[in-house]
Amino acid sequence: MKKELVTLTVNGEEKTLATAANRSLLNVLREDLNLTGTKQGCDDGDCGACTVLLDGEPVLSCMMLAASADCREVTTIEGLAREGKLDRVQAAFWTEGGMQCGFCTPGMIVSSYALLKRNPDPSEHEIRDALSNNLCRCTGYTKIVTAVQHAATFEEFLDKQS
Amino acid sequence: MNIGTRVPMTDGPPKVTGQAIYADDLRLPNMLYGKILRSPHAHARIISINTSKAERLPGVMGVVTGKDAPAKYGILPIGHDETAFSIDRVRYVGDEVAAVCATSEQIAEEALELIEVEYEILPAFVTPEEAMGCEDESLWLHHDRKRNIEKQYHHHFGDVEKGFQEALDSGGAVRFDKYYNPRVTHVPMEPHACVANWEHEGKVTLWTSTQTPHYVHRTLAVVLDMPMSSIRVIKPFVGGGFGGKSETFTHEVAACLLAKKTCRPVKFNFTREEVFYAHRGRPEQYVELKTGVAKDGRITAVEAKVVQDGGAYCSYGVVTILYSGALIAALYDIPNIKFDGYRVLTNKPACGPMRGHGTVGVRFGFESQLDMLAAEIGMDAGELRLKNKLKPNTITVNDLRVTSYGYDKCIEKVMEASDWRNKRSKMPYGKGVGMAGSHYVSGAANSIIRSKLPHSTVSIKIDYDGGVTVYTGAAEIGQGTETIHAQIVAEEMGIELSRIRIVAADSALTPVDLGSYSSRVTFMAGNAAKEAARDIKMQLFRAAAELLGESPEHLVARDEKIFPRDEPHRSITYQEALLACIEQGGTLIAKGTYTPPPESQGGSFRGAGVGPGVAYSYAAQVAEVTVDPETGLFTVDKIWAAHDCGRALNLLTVEGQVEGSVWMGLGQAVAEEQIFENGKTMNPGLLEYKSASSLESPPIETFIVETIDPEGPFGAKEAGEGSLAATIPAVANAIYDAIGVRINDLPLSPERILKAIEEQKKRS
Repeated sequence: MKKELVTLTVNGEEKTLATAANRSLLNVLREDLNLTGTKQGCDDGDCGACTVLLDGEPVLSCMMLAASADCREVTTIEGLAREGKLDRVQAAFWTEGGMQCGFCTPGMIVSSYALLKRNPDPSEHEIRDALSNNLCRCTGYTKIVTAVQHAATFEEFLDKQS
Repeated sequence: MNIGTRVPMTDGPPKVTGQAIYADDLRLPNMLYGKILRSPHAHARIISINTSKAERLPGVMGVVTGKDAPAKYGILPIGHDETAFSIDRVRYVGDEVAAVCATSEQIAEEALELIEVEYEILPAFVTPEEAMGCEDESLWLHHDRKRNIEKQYHHHFGDVEKGFQEALDSGGAVRFDKYYNPRVTHVPMEPHACVANWEHEGKVTLWTSTQTPHYVHRTLAVVLDMPMSSIRVIKPFVGGGFGGKSETFTHEVAACLLAKKTCRPVKFNFTREEVFYAHRGRPEQYVELKTGVAKDGRITAVEAKVVQDGGAYCSYGVVTILYSGALIAALYDIPNIKFDGYRVLTNKPACGPMRGHGTVGVRFGFESQLDMLAAEIGMDAGELRLKNKLKPNTITVNDLRVTSYGYDKCIEKVMEASDWRNKRSKMPYGKGVGMAGSHYVSGAANSIIRSKLPHSTVSIKIDYDGGVTVYTGAAEIGQGTETIHAQIVAEEMGIELSRIRIVAADSALTPVDLGSYSSRVTFMAGNAAKEAARDIKMQLFRAAAELLGESPEHLVARDEKIFPRDEPHRSITYQEALLACIEQGGTLIAKGTYTPPPESQGGSFRGAGVGPGVAYSYAAQVAEVTVDPETGLFTVDKIWAAHDCGRALNLLTVEGQVEGSVWMGLGQAVAEEQIFENGKTMNPGLLEYKSASSLESPPIETFIVETIDPEGPFGAKEAGEGSLAATIPAVANAIYDAIGVRINDLPLSPERILKAIEEQKKRS
């Protein structure tokens, strides 16, 4: 199959690669860029494990062609921690028990990150609604909801401490 | 003290940053990609297989079929009925026929289409009734399994007829009811995957997503005809198991065979559809129950008949059917129990162990029936349960040894928290609450392969750097075993958790642990870790004793210091003691083991080996529901869940395990079901197999009940399975409380509820 040149800005780094037109963004992230933090749970758009941010909005990278992300910004789970520090959403998922096996976690965290960017103080229902595309089989979601609520208060908490 | 606090999982950071490496994340140089050819037929003879066209496809590097691995195997010594690939017969849609490896997944997929298989289609048995009715020996799935019955057991403890008579004579009640449980499956978020690397000199390393690396190791030795010492099995991060990754799968054998054939690394990564064929989930079950309750609420007798549709191979099937009978006991005080169990082979994917293994179908029936019996004798359902509590340190009628017992406390906790007494039978039509209980073994007292070997060994190494490396064969699959190992060692040694590094589940490095099944790890590997930590602590104490001029027995370790008991001011640091110790004898090494005590291992009747646990966990739940009688739609508004885990070593992970169990039970109660048509799985995907999203999942409030088990590490018992079975009948009982109808078939769908309401109207 004919290959196309695609330029992606992934976690702030510009990458240009030649890829067949039928390949998914998930496949290119994992196989070509070795960013294996983004998971393939179904390759069918059902589970949300492959969620990444495209220009800040959560998308299912298994359902999207890499070519259609050309010249756009992609943020994966690897792009959230800065200077050796976990992002508040990552920290909260860890400390509040929002993950168990960890396989849905990258997608879940990316979706939660996007939620808190657009809605800094979500209700429980808004959290459950925003994460309803991300399936988890371990937690029953209880501690995931707590983790997102905790992350929402985190910056405020830090302000109070300083 | 870290025990009893909320310790975030020690392997959390790699999971939240994407650094955690699961099997499909592994990339070895020069790696090939494997794919499996599966049967399109539910039952057929293989006349011929021609792989020559596939082998000629550019990019294809190897093809293997049944003749490459003819050795029979199976997880149970009495169920060696599988080969890696079907040799003369396929037994379900999805059964493995051949495997290919190629330079890309796409080429491997294309190659599968070039393999020519000639089949002679046979009649398929898709229900236990059909399968058991077959007199034609040539059609039985396995020639030595007469009329497709894998195994049947008939147990009778006490005298049930006498028990039923006693119930009736006292003015109590006896009921007979039938219950149906559909086939459900684990659906771990991570599909099965593995990578094999052939290392020349006759050695192979396999990285695989498994709960039981040790049993995979054993089976590979048989199937590959290699010594175990030439095979290394490593478990990377595992993205969930729930029982579904507890034995050797074809792709694991195929990866090794193809790696050997090509001298290149080979990876297999299942599609989601393949996960449903690999299966090994909970069998479809037909349960008939007769229970007697005396006027005063005492359960006098239980008679159960269980028929399980186990699919095409034995897998853990014999264990599953035995658990369904054995664990009628050990939750309540039941003096008379009769059990007839049939495990039947059919032309569907093989079933295996799933969270709450064997107990769930019967528990749904029993707890539903108990609710009806309570109503019949005019007793509150919670009071009736309390009335039948066991005493700690009891041997049940079928020889199960109960040590600690917190079921009554669990019931009291959820009654109080849910405001049970003000809600049960007192809410408006359409709203209701229901209660149920459950329990589970905290580690099977008998290993799968009977031997005198320890069930767990853990070793510890400490060197100059002061770091404590714990080597364990236990398989972390998301439930927190590595965290628990670290906590136990740190607690026993009186040191910071941050000093501990866990090296786990690598057969070349770590001592044997039997695996993450039967909720055994905290209890068994935990006890082994505690013993190893105690041993190494005593080494430090002996060195410290010389420095302090004390005897080692008088020393304690706390907060990184060692000091004589009651004299914390005369302390030396952990590091000082460590250096003194290393000066005397070099690097510190210690090990601990765990072997179940003989008195926990059960009776001597046929089938007595399954059911005995080294301890039992207990759970009680109340569910509150709102039912719309016009549509049959209902919501579970909340679940209150109490779980007796002995001692909660880690509040955060115990809660997580209980919440996960409740949620998984709930999925089975309200929606999950595998649908088959002529043996073919009709919903092998996450769109069609209904796994609840966050929006559809209710709040779960968890209460931890502690009973401090006399033999558990720091008193701990299991937390990961015992709660699941209670959720289903709790919801069914709540629906009854809300609208007065009984649903005895799962899932509790709106269609079934509407039908039951209609029938109720017809009757009245």
